[in-house]
Amino acid sequence: MVKSFGPVTAVAGVDLAIADGEFFSMLGPSGSGKTTVLRMIAGFEQPTSGRVLLDDRDVTGVPPFARDVNTVFQDYALFPHMDVRANVEYGLRVKRVGRAERRERATAALETVRLGGYADRRPTQLSGGQRQRVALARALVNRPKVLLLDEPLGALDLKLRREMQLELKQIQRDVGITFVFVTHDQEEALTMSDRIAVFNDGRIEQVDTPARLYEAPATAFVAGFVGTSNLLRGSDARAVFGRDGTFSIRPEKIHLDDDAEPTKARGTVRAVVYLGSVNHYLVDLDGGGTLTVLRQNLRDSTDSALDQEGRRVALSWDDAHVIDLDDSGAGQPVGAGTETQEAP
Amino acid sequence: MRLSPLTRALLGAFTALALVFVYLPLSLVLLNSFNTSRAFAWPPPGLTTRWWSQAWSSDGARSAIVVSLEVAAIATVVALVLGTMAAMALHRFRFFGRDTVSLLIILPIALPGVVTGIALANAFTTMLGLELGFLTVVVSHATFCIVTVFNNAIARMRRLGTTLEDASADLGAGTFTTFRLVTLPMLRSALLAGGLLSFALSFDEIIVTTFTAGSGVTTLPIWIYQNLFRPNQAPVVNVVAAALIVLSILPIWLAQRLAGTDESVAAAR
Ligand SMILES: Nc1ncnc2c1ncn2[C@@H]1O[C@H](COP(=O)(O)OP(=O)(O)OP(=O)(O)O)[C@@H](O)[C@H]1O
Ligand SMILES: [Mg+2]
Repeated sequence: MVKSFGPVTAVAGVDLAIADGEFFSMLGPSGSGKTTVLRMIAGFEQPTSGRVLLDDRDVTGVPPFARDVNTVFQDYALFPHMDVRANVEYGLRVKRVGRAERRERATAALETVRLGGYADRRPTQLSGGQRQRVALARALVNRPKVLLLDEPLGALDLKLRREMQLELKQIQRDVGITFVFVTHDQEEALTMSDRIAVFNDGRIEQVDTPARLYEAPATAFVAGFVGTSNLLRGSDARAVFGRDGTFSIRPEKIHLDDDAEPTKARGTVRAVVYLGSVNHYLVDLDGGGTLTVLRQNLRDSTDSALDQEGRRVALSWDDAHVIDLDDSGAGQPVGAGTETQEAP
Repeated sequence: MRLSPLTRALLGAFTALALVFVYLPLSLVLLNSFNTSRAFAWPPPGLTTRWWSQAWSSDGARSAIVVSLEVAAIATVVALVLGTMAAMALHRFRFFGRDTVSLLIILPIALPGVVTGIALANAFTTMLGLELGFLTVVVSHATFCIVTVFNNAIARMRRLGTTLEDASADLGAGTFTTFRLVTLPMLRSALLAGGLLSFALSFDEIIVTTFTAGSGVTTLPIWIYQNLFRPNQAPVVNVVAAALIVLSILPIWLAQRLAGTDESVAAAR
């Protein structure tokens, strides 16, 4: 699909196949076109070119109210003039489902999201997390083929977010409906999804499982957006790997002052970022470039860790964990030895 | 906000002054409607309900009130329908010249009444070949009543955005169902406020009416104006004014209550 708004190209070319019952996430920075793709699936926007197929049926020209797809909006969009029950029953009401069945299904949907006792409240009388769950129940009660969720947890605080992540995942397993979930939070996408599409600038950089995205990013953008980037390119790469290119190593795969493996690079600790259970060491390499090294606070105290600033250190890693992003078979780990030279 | 005692005293004094300035003349009108003196002698030599019964039985006043109520009611209904439709069109659809159309809708309220009056009268008589009368008054009033409805409706729509309507469509409701179940309930208080205002505007309009009413139609403001300077009618005119003051409190009170429901709409966002 392609979508332009006048001179603005919001979606430059996206081709996706989402499987039945899958928890599929669209991850990407602000303005990368995630919402636009979602709105085209829902039917609020018409693609400039391309098609939307639902169960092999072409629904491109079908208006939103005739598509078997429901949306949980980012700001929930609950009807303020109706109570929670009326909100949840709305979809059934406009489809002329009988009163008794409507009642029953709405009650069941509210139970699913653990809001059984809230049916008579107004949306204004609910907390953010509760509103989010009402929005979820309002969509689920229609038993759509696909549920679209546009950053549904964006407005919640971190703790509630984590709870809701697990809960959403559980609900998705229970109801078995395909979820298409938009987020710009990579951690959220990694914890919840079966597969993730990484968006950048109106295009998809990579579609893969969370583990593959993390372990084998196909592009520098993916390596940077999912997890901490740790990119070395150009002459910085040459100094370490002996040839030009773009390489990535995850911070937790790098050892600091570890004698077990041969030293791959040397540098100076520029800063130590204290993160509670772990610390991030920012190491300026002698050959240029900076690597972030993650180290658990197993032995170090905070003070001893912060003492490391300005110290000279040696870095080592297993070559299997180095990702060559310019490789034609992009996303493959470099593999031991053959292509990589030892650092001087 | 924290105010110094002096500021607070000054603000209090100004508020009191403004209130006195507005309400003293109004209460004078009310009082004079019971004044036994035909010339509104001050202080009133005595109190009487004679003028009220005289006004009640005055055919001119009664028919003028009926005409004004009819004109205002019809103009308001027309304005509600057209104003809401215009607001929805301008809010939902983007098209070339949208801002210009928006401006053109609002313009009549800014133009001097004399100008619109002459223009409308000319258009009615020469271009359309209509005779000036009840219909032409209603149409003329509708032109500026639409503005208040349009303004109220579009302000509310802008505040609400389109996500509620999107959500309704997403849940399976077609355009008309969405309008009936979501758009209209959300607009209701704004439309009532706009409707009350346009009713009031139409009810006391005199300039445009003078140009477009012809000789056969007498609205209340025109009747008052015609009778104001006839000495023997002055007490009756005064009673009519007093009655209008009392009647005006009703829509204001309603509008205040509607503002209350507005806040719950705002809180839902
Ligand atoms: N109705 C519109 N008119 C014009 N441009 C639009 C419209 N909707 C989106 N765009 C543009 O398209 C691009 C993609 O927008 P989109 O909302 O899909 O991004 P997103 O990935 O959802 O971002 P976010 O994470 O901030 O929600 C943006 O540059 C945006 O400005
Ligand atoms: Mg978005």
